[in-house]
Amino acid sequence: MAFIEIEHVSKTFDIKSSAVEALKDINLSIEKGEIFGVIGLSGAGKSTLVRCLNRLETPTSGKVIIGGENILELSGEALRKKRQSIGMIFQHFNLLMQRNVIDNVCFPMEIAGISKKEARIKAMEYLRTVDLAEKAYAYPVQLSGGQKQRVAIARVLASNPQIILCDEATSALDPQTTRTILELLKHINKEFGITIVVITHEMRVIEEICDRVAVLDHGRLEELGTVHEVFSNPKTNAAKRLILTKQSEQIEEQIIKGD
Amino acid sequence: MGASDMISMLGGGTADTLLMVFVSTLMGYVIGLPLGVCLTIFDADGISPHPWIYKLLDFVINITRSVPFLILLILIQPFTKMLVGKSYGTTATIVPLTVAAAPFIARMVESSLKEVDKGVIEAAVSLGAKKSTIVTKVLIAEARTSLLVGVTIALGTILGYSAMSGVVGGGGLGDIAIKYGYYRYETDIMLVTVLVLVILMQILQWLGMVMSKKLDRRRG
Repeated sequence: MAFIEIEHVSKTFDIKSSAVEALKDINLSIEKGEIFGVIGLSGAGKSTLVRCLNRLETPTSGKVIIGGENILELSGEALRKKRQSIGMIFQHFNLLMQRNVIDNVCFPMEIAGISKKEARIKAMEYLRTVDLAEKAYAYPVQLSGGQKQRVAIARVLASNPQIILCDEATSALDPQTTRTILELLKHINKEFGITIVVITHEMRVIEEICDRVAVLDHGRLEELGTVHEVFSNPKTNAAKRLILTKQSEQIEEQIIKGD
Repeated sequence: MGASDMISMLGGGTADTLLMVFVSTLMGYVIGLPLGVCLTIFDADGISPHPWIYKLLDFVINITRSVPFLILLILIQPFTKMLVGKSYGTTATIVPLTVAAAPFIARMVESSLKEVDKGVIEAAVSLGAKKSTIVTKVLIAEARTSLLVGVTIALGTILGYSAMSGVVGGGGLGDIAIKYGYYRYETDIMLVTVLVLVILMQILQWLGMVMSKKLDRRRG
């Protein structure tokens, strides 16, 4: 059995008496140590899918098995423990604005009941991993977007996770900063063997770091394969559309540059 | 009345007023803070949605808030008497002041806590935080400047209520203003009393703003 097994997962939202099917019978397996990408246009259901992996959203039906445990059967303390092993980073970083950087990184260790002294020492190590030790006593408001995302990555490492979920983690960043954050994620994947699931609408993010990719469209899993397979030889209309969008963007860029 | 008598009377009145205001605000928070937290977490998009409990609390708080303070003061006199043995004077007035303050404070706490970014709460949930941890370390800690502004507003409002309670012998500066200024036509005493109230309000407001600014880390 793969490390993460998503079996027949469907999710329906009831919005004002009309039902919206965000996910339709999704089946996926993700291997340990893999960097797995999920790509789709906005509204494709990719955010809902990733949020089902740590139960920020509960699927309407199906199973989500992580490390042999169906997380939909967990509740209370068991669910919280499981969540500690599944970190998440967000598009808008979601740092505690009233805490400085090192105390933000200490937060997951407070939750896990680690002593303050030990937490501080470890937090400094994680900040060195993300190359931000010199900002330990700064407040989030004083940091750039890229630096905030580094803090968020250090914070997620502090919960000692087996999986990191990235929900559009680079979508609010410029291309240069995006590249450095992706490099960092790659490094973490290699160094700590953490499985990473990346949700994005940007093809270059997938190309840069993912091993395999799933194409999601209107809540359906349209295509699945290695990044090379899917991007060089797309079989479905959904995948072709994504690639066309990217090509037209490139052409547009060239026109703007005057090439 | 000599000047020194007047000063000692006003001094005593000010001390009584401050005692009433601070004790009632404190008691108001003892009741209102947990209520405000409940209003935040039990709401439909809160961390522990219980829409029926929310609606019940919401309804009860609206009712207590719609009763004018003077009416409330008189309405709960039997309750006040049962609690402190009499229904007039400084100590007794703390009871209706607290009853009036608690629902008002609960609403202000609710609005402060609901300003906290949903994404930050979600991040805490994703890290496996307990609900109690989210309440203390995320909701209250992140909203602290707004909560402190709320304390300032609460103190100011209760200062106003405490002066109103002078009508029924509530003690403090309001009592003096009514007794001397209104019933005995000693307008100068009334004016001085009002001046003292204005100064108290200014000091409270200024202190609250300075403290909340000092505690805010969201400015660079």
